[in-house]
Amino acid sequence: MDLTELRAVAQKEKDRQRPTRIHCCTSTGCRAASATEVYNNLKAAVKAQECGDRLEVVSVGCMGFCGQGPLVQVDPDNHLYGQVKPQEAESIVTATLGEGRTEAEQLDPEQPFFAYQTPVVRKHSGKVNPESIEEYIAVGGYESLYKVVHDMTPAEVVAEVSNSGLRGRGGGGYPTGLKWATVAKMPEGQKYIICNGDEGDPGAFMDRSVLESDPHLVLEGMAIAGYAVGADHGYVYVRAEYPLAISRLQKAIKQAKRYGLMGSQIFDSPFDFKVDIRIGAGAFVCGEETALIQSIEGARGNPVPRPPYPAQKGLYDCPTLINNVESFANIAHIIGEGAEAYASIGTENSKGTKIFALTGNIRNNGLIEVPMGITLRTIVEEMGGGVPDGEVKAVQTGGPSGGCIPKDLLDTPVDYDSLKAVGSMMGSGGMVVMDQNTNMVEIAHFYMEFCREETCGKCVPCRTGTVQLHSLLTKLLKGQATATDLEQLKQLSYMVQETSLCGLGMSAPNPVLSTLRYFPEEYTSLLVQPAYLNGHAAEPAITATAKG
Amino acid sequence: MAVNTLTIDGKEIAIEAGKTILDAAKEAGVPIPTLCHMEGVHDVGACRLCIVEAEGTPKLLPACVTAATEGMVIHTQTEKLQNYRRMTVELIFAEGNHVCSICVANGNCELQDVAVDVGMDHSRFSYRFPDRGCDLSHSQFGIDHNRCIMCTRCVRVCDEVEGAHVWDVGSRGPDCFIVAGLDQPWGEVDACTSCGKCVDACPTGAIFHKGETTGEKEGDRGKMAFLTTAREKQEWTR
Ligand SMILES: Cc1cc2nc3c(=O)[nH]c(=O)nc-3n(C[C@H](O)[C@H](O)[C@H](O)COP(=O)(O)O)c2cc1C
Ligand code: SF4
Ligand code: SF4
Ligand code: SF4
Ligand code: FES
Ligand code: FES
Repeated sequence: MDLTELRAVAQKEKDRQRPTRIHCCTSTGCRAASATEVYNNLKAAVKAQECGDRLEVVSVGCMGFCGQGPLVQVDPDNHLYGQVKPQEAESIVTATLGEGRTEAEQLDPEQPFFAYQTPVVRKHSGKVNPESIEEYIAVGGYESLYKVVHDMTPAEVVAEVSNSGLRGRGGGGYPTGLKWATVAKMPEGQKYIICNGDEGDPGAFMDRSVLESDPHLVLEGMAIAGYAVGADHGYVYVRAEYPLAISRLQKAIKQAKRYGLMGSQIFDSPFDFKVDIRIGAGAFVCGEETALIQSIEGARGNPVPRPPYPAQKGLYDCPTLINNVESFANIAHIIGEGAEAYASIGTENSKGTKIFALTGNIRNNGLIEVPMGITLRTIVEEMGGGVPDGEVKAVQTGGPSGGCIPKDLLDTPVDYDSLKAVGSMMGSGGMVVMDQNTNMVEIAHFYMEFCREETCGKCVPCRTGTVQLHSLLTKLLKGQATATDLEQLKQLSYMVQETSLCGLGMSAPNPVLSTLRYFPEEYTSLLVQPAYLNGHAAEPAITATAKG
Repeated sequence: MAVNTLTIDGKEIAIEAGKTILDAAKEAGVPIPTLCHMEGVHDVGACRLCIVEAEGTPKLLPACVTAATEGMVIHTQTEKLQNYRRMTVELIFAEGNHVCSICVANGNCELQDVAVDVGMDHSRFSYRFPDRGCDLSHSQFGIDHNRCIMCTRCVRVCDEVEGAHVWDVGSRGPDCFIVAGLDQPWGEVDACTSCGKCVDACPTGAIFHKGETTGEKEGDRGKMAFLTTAREKQEWTR
């Protein structure tokens, strides 16, 4: 395969495509709302109406507005239909042909939910068939891989990624270019690339969506990484709960191999790269990089102390580059459009875009890809359409490792440093909106329960500290906790944060600490006097009284 | 031989490159409490008792798995560390059933020693009184899971020194336990050579010789280091 051949594939595909395309989302969110039947009915209608020469129905990935699924979108007219019922499919085809009307609910594709987005990673999501490599090539896919293999040295690729300012999208925000440079600098020999698609945060589904909607984008990013750091073997680690992502990835790998875009001598160069899939059993801790590596090696998914970092000594003790799905999905764009163009999006220290899974007490649920620096207020009030019948109380970002940001701080820009400064974190992209009826202690309790169940059990503070924190929170919620218990909750939170072995334990107390910081009265109002006081004189330290 | 010099609690010490802070502290004669560390097997950094502070580093460092580097200034007994260590020991005591007065290891238990070291007299955390069971199926030894602190010294010694790999960790989080073979009764695991190394390695009264009564268990903890370095040092007796 060379560039002419690649472009010939693209041209042939463009010639094949019909002028009008009815895109039907068949990803997990819409599938749960009978998208498969909608798709089949659309297909059948096109056949029945014998308009297959002008019009085609395409199974596509997620369009983001998952709360309104199943979604159908028509190009080039850009009509968007939401909550489509299988029986409405026929009339959508008729309406698209201009031969009638449809009862299907039309949505405004220019509404704020879409208008504020900057699709980079999700540019082709909902537009191309994720099971067709030709469609991906037709929109310029694999051109970036060609470019690096033929026109750039590995060092130039690393420099380009560094200059883009891309930071890890898996939660930590470590500069991606710096990580690549570290692995590239390790002595030549066996090295590995790992794509982290474990995505264990409750409520998060950004990575699933990327893998389901545009698997080739991730594979291309991994191959470019392989070229840049000198690795010829990659693994995608996906959780078993994502069967559709796994099957689409498998298909994508097969197709890429067939075209010589994966395997040996890619684009007739000396560069070899192959990708294998590893399936995780769905433990949150297996998303932690060292645990993930243990798991790929077939061992128990326990984190191990760093250093050495995986970049120095990772999979099978070889230098290993591990990045998140979304991080890899940015790479082809950075190479294609240039680091400078990429760096023009976002803020000083956080470049590019970030995908969030917007959920909770909010009108518009779904996936959004926004430029870094956008404020939480714009996301919640404009894109999300605000809280139905009520007021926002707080926004939770970062899942079980993150924190709650109160409504007074909604003007905080979404970037790594600002979110950290207000006691939360970017995280991998969960964003839960909470209304005024939310009990913040219950929220902290919910996340602590999650961490208690998900700790691997290796280190003492995380294994037993989360159990004690959870029981202190339970005691509070039952109205049995005293001021001493609250103080203990605080002290133990700091201890678990500072002494745990891996990120899970280090961040497990964050939901407690951030709700304590912004909503202390919700905790103190639950306190009772210690029993020994027997209802008599209150200690001066205790100000709050019993509730209920 | 490359050497690093560092300061631990005000004492200057020079140590071979590649050694840990714990090694350096030992050489300097500064005691750091440990539980999961044992000479002769690899370190896992699980108990977090050996945490120390290094000037210029905001994070607390586990001494057993952190390399001693040039110019480090280490403090092992700050108020914060003492406080956290005590909490760690309290958490361990609250997790299992440690009724020392009726335990085989009473008076000879590393957990007990550490509790004394850090000044722990009771646990401020609520005791969980687990019912994790006992396995007495082995002809010579027994394991009382209620006294196990999940240090995994038995797992490592059986795998790395004896080469039998009888033990492993089963389940996750609060349900973690030490599992024999394929979650079998210990006595049915053919791989066990009955060497007794896990009995010696266990810091507590969790693994013991059958028939031992209160305070009778005396683990021979130096044995692993002796065995693993015997060839290198050409020392066949001790
Ligand atoms: C408990 C825990 C869970 C994690 N889960 C994930 C995950 O699901 N996906 C992910 O990409 N990174 C996860 N991480 C972060 C990874 O350890 C690692 O930093 C990341 O994959 C690096 O990729 P990046 O630099 O592209 O973000 C997790 C970390 C911790 C401590
Ligand atoms: S194992 Fe140690 S701490 Fe536990 S009961 Fe026995 S002597 Fe006490
Ligand atoms: S007695 Fe020896 S072989 Fe048996 S479990 Fe213990 S260490 Fe392993
Ligand atoms: S049985 Fe003993 S050596 Fe094994 S993990 Fe438990 S306390 Fe440690
Ligand atoms: S899953 Fe269909 S729009 Fe997201
Ligand atoms: S001795 Fe260092 S963590 Fe246990």
